[in-house]
Amino acid sequence: MNRKLHLKVFRYNPDDPKSQPRMESFHITEYDSMTLFIALTQIRDEMDPTLKVDFCCRAGICGSCGMVINGRPGLACHTQTKDLPNEITLHPLPVFKLLGDLSVDTGTWFRGVGTKIESWVHSNDAAFDPADEEMRMENEVAEQIFELDRCIECGCCIAACGTARMREDFLGAASINRIARFYIDPRDQRSEDDYYDVIGNDQGVFGCMGLLGCEDVCPKHIPLQDQLGIMRRMLTLNSVKGILPKAVINALKHKGCCHEKH
Amino acid sequence: MQIFYTDVLCIGAGLAGERVAVEAAMAGFETICLSIVPPRRSHSSAAQGGMQAALGNAIMGDGDSPDIHFQDTVKGSDWGADQEVARIFADTAPIVMREVAHWGVPWNRVVAGTHTYYKGGKPFEAEEKKEKHGLIHARAFGGTAKWRTCYTADGTGRSVLNTLDSKCLQYGVTIHDRTQAEILIHDGENCLGCIARCMRTGELRAYFATATLIATGGYGRCYSATTNAVICDGGGQICALDTGLVPMGNMEAVQFHPTGTVPTDILVTEGCRGDGGTLLDVNEHRFMPDYEPEKAELASRDVVSRRMTEHMRKGLGVKSPYGDHLWLDIRHLGVKHITTKLREVYDICTNFLGVNPIDQLIPVRPTQHYSMGGVRTNRDGAAYGLKGLYAAGEAACWDMHGFNRLGGNSLAETVVAGRYIGKQIVKYLKGASVNFTSAALRDAETKLNERIEDIVSGRKGGENALELRAEMRETMMENVFIFRNGKDLQKAVDTLEELHDRANRIALQSNIPGFNPEMSTALRLQGMIKLCQCTAYGALQRTESRGAHTREDFPERNDKDWLNRTLAYWKEGSNMPTLKYEDASPYYELPPGERGYGGGKIIPNELPKKKFEVPKESLENLKEAKSKG
Repeated sequence: MNRKLHLKVFRYNPDDPKSQPRMESFHITEYDSMTLFIALTQIRDEMDPTLKVDFCCRAGICGSCGMVINGRPGLACHTQTKDLPNEITLHPLPVFKLLGDLSVDTGTWFRGVGTKIESWVHSNDAAFDPADEEMRMENEVAEQIFELDRCIECGCCIAACGTARMREDFLGAASINRIARFYIDPRDQRSEDDYYDVIGNDQGVFGCMGLLGCEDVCPKHIPLQDQLGIMRRMLTLNSVKGILPKAVINALKHKGCCHEKH
Repeated sequence: MQIFYTDVLCIGAGLAGERVAVEAAMAGFETICLSIVPPRRSHSSAAQGGMQAALGNAIMGDGDSPDIHFQDTVKGSDWGADQEVARIFADTAPIVMREVAHWGVPWNRVVAGTHTYYKGGKPFEAEEKKEKHGLIHARAFGGTAKWRTCYTADGTGRSVLNTLDSKCLQYGVTIHDRTQAEILIHDGENCLGCIARCMRTGELRAYFATATLIATGGYGRCYSATTNAVICDGGGQICALDTGLVPMGNMEAVQFHPTGTVPTDILVTEGCRGDGGTLLDVNEHRFMPDYEPEKAELASRDVVSRRMTEHMRKGLGVKSPYGDHLWLDIRHLGVKHITTKLREVYDICTNFLGVNPIDQLIPVRPTQHYSMGGVRTNRDGAAYGLKGLYAAGEAACWDMHGFNRLGGNSLAETVVAGRYIGKQIVKYLKGASVNFTSAALRDAETKLNERIEDIVSGRKGGENALELRAEMRETMMENVFIFRNGKDLQKAVDTLEELHDRANRIALQSNIPGFNPEMSTALRLQGMIKLCQCTAYGALQRTESRGAHTREDFPERNDKDWLNRTLAYWKEGSNMPTLKYEDASPYYELPPGERGYGGGKIIPNELPKKKFEVPKESLENLKEAKSKG
C-alpha cells in the first residue's frame, strides 16, 4: 500500500515563446480512493500552481477533465489511481486546440459543430401556450431521448476517433449522437432530407471508418456506434426511397431498429 | 483593452444565466454570457434529482396545487422567505416546466397502470390514471406534501441545461467561455457591465452592458467539504459586494445536504430517499423515524442533517479513516430502478467509492451544499444598490428559500426565476438609456490593475494564496457548520478578519506568461474571505435558530426579534461587513407557524393586521407573470 506514484505530465505553454513541449515528472504518495483529480489537484496545490488542467464537477458529470491517460482518452476525475500502474503518463486530448499543458479548448469545438448541425429541437416556439397542458409523450420515448442526452461532451470520443484525427471537419460521434437524439424526438420537425443535408456526407456518418474507438472510451457508456448505424441506415433508406417500393423500405426501416421516428 | 458592448450581460451561463439569456435574446436583445467553463459544464449539469412544480399528474401528486407548493416552500424556509416571491415561484413553476418540455427536455412521463414504489424501505402500490398517461411525471422529495418533483432519471440538470444551451445557440446568444468576471463597472448609481479576465490568455476585457445579470451559483468552495463543483467560489457575489453598494442577503443561511458521500463529498441525490431509500447507523438500524416519526428521511434537509449529526454525536456513526459517517440504503429498490432512475448514483458509487449500491450500503454524511444567501434582489430580480444590476439562481437572494430550501426547489428556481427575471430585464431594457462613461471604466480598470500588480510584484508581502484558502476553509468547517454557537462563531469572525488582512499581502509563487491558474485563486481569495466573514458575522449576530441556521446557545426560533433578513454590506477599505436588517417578507400570506417537523420552540411575534393582506399590486403582478406576454 501507499505506492509512490510517478506522474509524467505533458507541459507546454503556447503563450510563452520560450516554452518547449516536454514531459515533466511529479512524484506523489498514493492513498485510498485517490483519483487523478485528487492527484493533479495535489500537484497544483503543493508543487506547481501553474499547471493548466481543467476540472469542474469532479464527479464525472460535467466532462471538463478529459485527457489521455496512459495512451487512452478518459476522464481524470473518475479514474482511480489504483487501477493504473505506478507510472502514469498524461497527455492533453488531441484534435482540440491546446490551451496549455493538459487543458484543451473543447468549448469552441463543440459550439462550432453545434451550430453546424443546428443542435436544437426544431419546433414552433410561438405555439407554446402557458395555459395549456404539455404535449404528451410516451415515457419510453422520453427515456430513449435521455439515454442519448446524457452526453457530457467531454471530447473523449473525438480524441479516440481515427477520422477526426485525419480530417478537421469531421463532426464526430458526439455530434452524430446528438442528431440521433433529435431524430427520435417527436417534437423535432426536421425531415429526413433535412438531416441528410447535415450529416449525409463525409463530414458526417459516411466519414466514419468504423474503428469503434468512440464507444470504447465513452465514460458515460452511450451507445455511439448504434447511433451511427441507425443514422446511416436512415439516410441510406431515405436516399433510395424513390427507387425501392415503400413496403420494402418500411420493412427495412423497422428491422432491428428501436430508434425509428415516433 | 478590448471593449464589448451589449444589451444584456449574463455573468454565469448555468441554468439561471442561460434562461435569462434566452428570454432576452427571444425578445431581440443582444446578449452575451460569460462563463468560467463551457456552459454545458456549469455546476447545474451536476443536479440530479429534479425540479418542483405542482403539475399534479402523478397519482401521488393528485390534488397538488401551487397553493400547496407555496405553503411547503414557506414552511421549508422556516418563514424566512419573501412570500411574494415564493408565490410568484410556485404559481409559475408548472408553466415553466411545460415550456422547457416544449423546447426539448425529455421529462419522465406518467405511465398508466400499477407500479410499485418504496417508502421507508417498504413496498407500496400506486395506480397512475389513464387520463394522465404521457404527461410529466413527478417523484417524492423532502419536505413536500405531494410528489411534485419533475425529473429526467437522475440527470435533470444535465437534460435541462442541454436544452437551454441549445436555445442559446438557436437564438444567437454570444457565449464567451473561459472568461472570469473580476470587477463590476459602475458610476455609483448604474451598473454598466464588468471587466473580465480571459482564461485562455490572461488578458483583461471590458464588457459594457445596459443590464448585467449575476448568475454564478453558490460559494460552497468556502468550505473544505462541499458537494459544489470547483468553480463554485462565489465570483459573482464578490463582484457585487466589492462595489460597496450592493448588499448580500442572509449569508448565514447555508444548507448542508444529508447525503454527501465519504470521502469524496460528491452528492448522491435526495431522489434516493424520495424513491424510498433509508438512513442507517452503525448497527444498521433505521434511526430517522425515532426522531421524526412522520416524515422520517423525508423531513427537510436541515432537519435530516441535524438529526444525522445528533445521532453520530451519540456514538452511533460508522467509524472510518475519514471520520464518522452513516449509511444510505437503496438496495431494496432493485437493480432496474438503481441502474435507470438512479444511474448517476450508481455510477458515482461504483466509480468513486468502490461501492455497488445494488447490494452494498453507501457511506454518507451531511456536507455543505447550498447557499440560500447571495446578492439581495427585489421581487423583480433587481439588485439593491445599483440600477441595471440583476441576480438570479443560487447567486441571488431573491429569497424564496429563506433559511432552508427544499430539494428540487433550487433547480426549479433557476428556470422559473430565469424566465420571470428575464422578462423584467426585457421590460427594463425597453425604457433604459445608459451612459457608458470612460471614467467608470477607468475607475474599475485602475482598481483591478492595482490588485493584479500587487499580486504579481509581491510588493505588499509574500502570503501564499493556496495556504490562506486552506485556512479559510478549515475555519468555516470547524466553526460555521451545522451546529453553531457564540464562542465558535466569534473565533471564526476573528480568524477570518486576520485572514482578510493577510489576503492583502498575497504574492504569486510563480509568474508565467499568458493565463496563470494560480492568479485566478489569488485574485479571488480576499473576496471569498469577505463572503465567509459575512456568513460568520451574520451567524454570530443572529441569536436564534431558524432553518439551516442552528444556534446551540439559542435553540428557539425567535420571531419576536428575528423575523427578518440580514443584509451585509462591505464598505470600501473596511475589514468587516456592516449588517442591516429588513422584514423577512412584505406580507405574510401564510402567517408564521410550525413547520410540522423538526420540533423546536417558537417565540411568537405580534404582527400588525396589515401584514396579513396581499396588496392589490402584487396580485396584478402575479397575473401578468402567468400570462403569455
